[in-house]
Amino acid sequence: MDTAYPNPVRSIFEPALHDDSVIVNIGPSHPATHGTVQIIAELDGERVLRTDVHCGYLHRGFEKECEDHTWHNLIPYVDRLNYVSALVNDFAYCDGVERLMGIEITPRCRYLRTLLSEYSRLVDHLTCIAAGLMEMGAMTAFLYLVMIRDYMYEHLAALTGARVTYTYGRIGGLARDLPDGWLVRLEEILVQYEEFVGRVHALVDRNRIFIDRLRGVGTISTADALSFGCTGPILRSTGVPRDLRKDTPYLAYAELDFDVPVGIQGDNYDRYFVRMREMDESVYMMRQLVQMLPAGPINVDDRRCTFPEKHLVYSEIESLINHFKLVMDGPAVPPGEVYCAHEAPNGELGFYLVSTGGGVPYKVHVRSPSFVHMGAASRMLDGGQLADIVPTFGSINMIGGECDR
Amino acid sequence: MAATDLDMLRERIVPAAGPATVSHGMLAFQLAPAELVPTVRRLRDEFAFDIFLDVTAVDWPADALRFEVVHHFYSTRHRARVRLKTRVAESDAVVGSLVGLYGSAAFMERECHDMYGIGFRGNFDLRPILLYEGFVGHPLRKDYPKRREQPLVPYRN
Repeated sequence: MDTAYPNPVRSIFEPALHDDSVIVNIGPSHPATHGTVQIIAELDGERVLRTDVHCGYLHRGFEKECEDHTWHNLIPYVDRLNYVSALVNDFAYCDGVERLMGIEITPRCRYLRTLLSEYSRLVDHLTCIAAGLMEMGAMTAFLYLVMIRDYMYEHLAALTGARVTYTYGRIGGLARDLPDGWLVRLEEILVQYEEFVGRVHALVDRNRIFIDRLRGVGTISTADALSFGCTGPILRSTGVPRDLRKDTPYLAYAELDFDVPVGIQGDNYDRYFVRMREMDESVYMMRQLVQMLPAGPINVDDRRCTFPEKHLVYSEIESLINHFKLVMDGPAVPPGEVYCAHEAPNGELGFYLVSTGGGVPYKVHVRSPSFVHMGAASRMLDGGQLADIVPTFGSINMIGGECDR
Repeated sequence: MAATDLDMLRERIVPAAGPATVSHGMLAFQLAPAELVPTVRRLRDEFAFDIFLDVTAVDWPADALRFEVVHHFYSTRHRARVRLKTRVAESDAVVGSLVGLYGSAAFMERECHDMYGIGFRGNFDLRPILLYEGFVGHPLRKDYPKRREQPLVPYRN
């Protein structure tokens, strides 16, 4: 290796394609790359000849750290992967551990997790679309969507106690049940959501500036999307109705009625529209779930993972020891390995967990959709205009916490 | 995946190490390093496993074949996943690269190379991706202490 570090990341554009092409760095800290990512672009005038995408600026050793904590202690940590829809990470991780332990969660917990997963999807898509629109100058649409998103954040804070990183999932259940009146407020927010999303549709969908910036820009073909491992809205925007909620149903999705919206040609406009339509489907699902939500306990009655009630910890020795062992040693997860995938807002979020028995994981690996999509980003950016990098990158919705781990 | 498809896959792909096992609803094959790329090609072409999901490794320092390279694939037609496990020794920690078969391999193999130092024969772009030029060691190996400090990268001009 060279001793004089010319660049912390080596560019592969060492012989340039043309004598007069220009190589520019976009990022790692740039207002348009919401997230810390570096795009090295070789330009011919305004045209992008090729790009080299570098991530890792937010790498914090997530997987290494996981091998040093109990299964239970990781819950706040997985929240910080995709911090826009932290609940989906929680539930996917807990589902993986529960599969290793052979635990079946209670019906109320199952429906609540489904409801909150869809709520998170709504928040995530609102954020992605709002930021994407703002970057193209649609400030009003941004404020409409982010206002609704903030109602949702506050509403989730009323349930979980935190605004963004909730730490709400538990192995075998949830942290606490719904507070009084929570579902009433949910319906109020959904009604407001419909009103304001309707306004955004009216402002944006047929807007000439918007269409010119998005139609036919950042296109990816179905074959490329599959080959590059794209999942979620990016794959669906190419016309493939591939959705884990339909294909391999988990939680309560098999009992719900919903459509999988797809795009036509896999460009930015399709990705915008797939996300907009998915949000409507999420609202439709949430209304069904509110009707279906059964009464009952939210935690399984399993001493290997569920904490005893506090008054029992203070009054009887068995519960005190149980509590102590769960905190100090962690939940007893039998040896084995599992790959557990949930349909996160950005695509397939997979947890590959390896246990050798005991309270601490042997290995935790995250298959994060953002990281894989960064590998496909060059396909969407190359050949376009320099200014197109901004909306295309926004429509991929890369989340640094999840991409770099 | 319908049970018949699963059985068919299980019967028709029999690596040298023995037939597939089913763990938590997923088929898992144990492969020799030389079998990896041909098996993946068959999975893709004959059994429609069109998405290469993920590659990572598991470090078992006590074993002679120290690293277990784990590949995951998904088939949008069968709606099923399959896991391939390849054991390699530390002295020869190299497996074949899948860059010729899947576009997503280039990025994901770089991450695995960063974290475990696994080589991928045929992937000529194994620059650091989550780490940086000048990082010493492979942090997800079990013998890499969590608190190790890295040498300071000098200022660039």
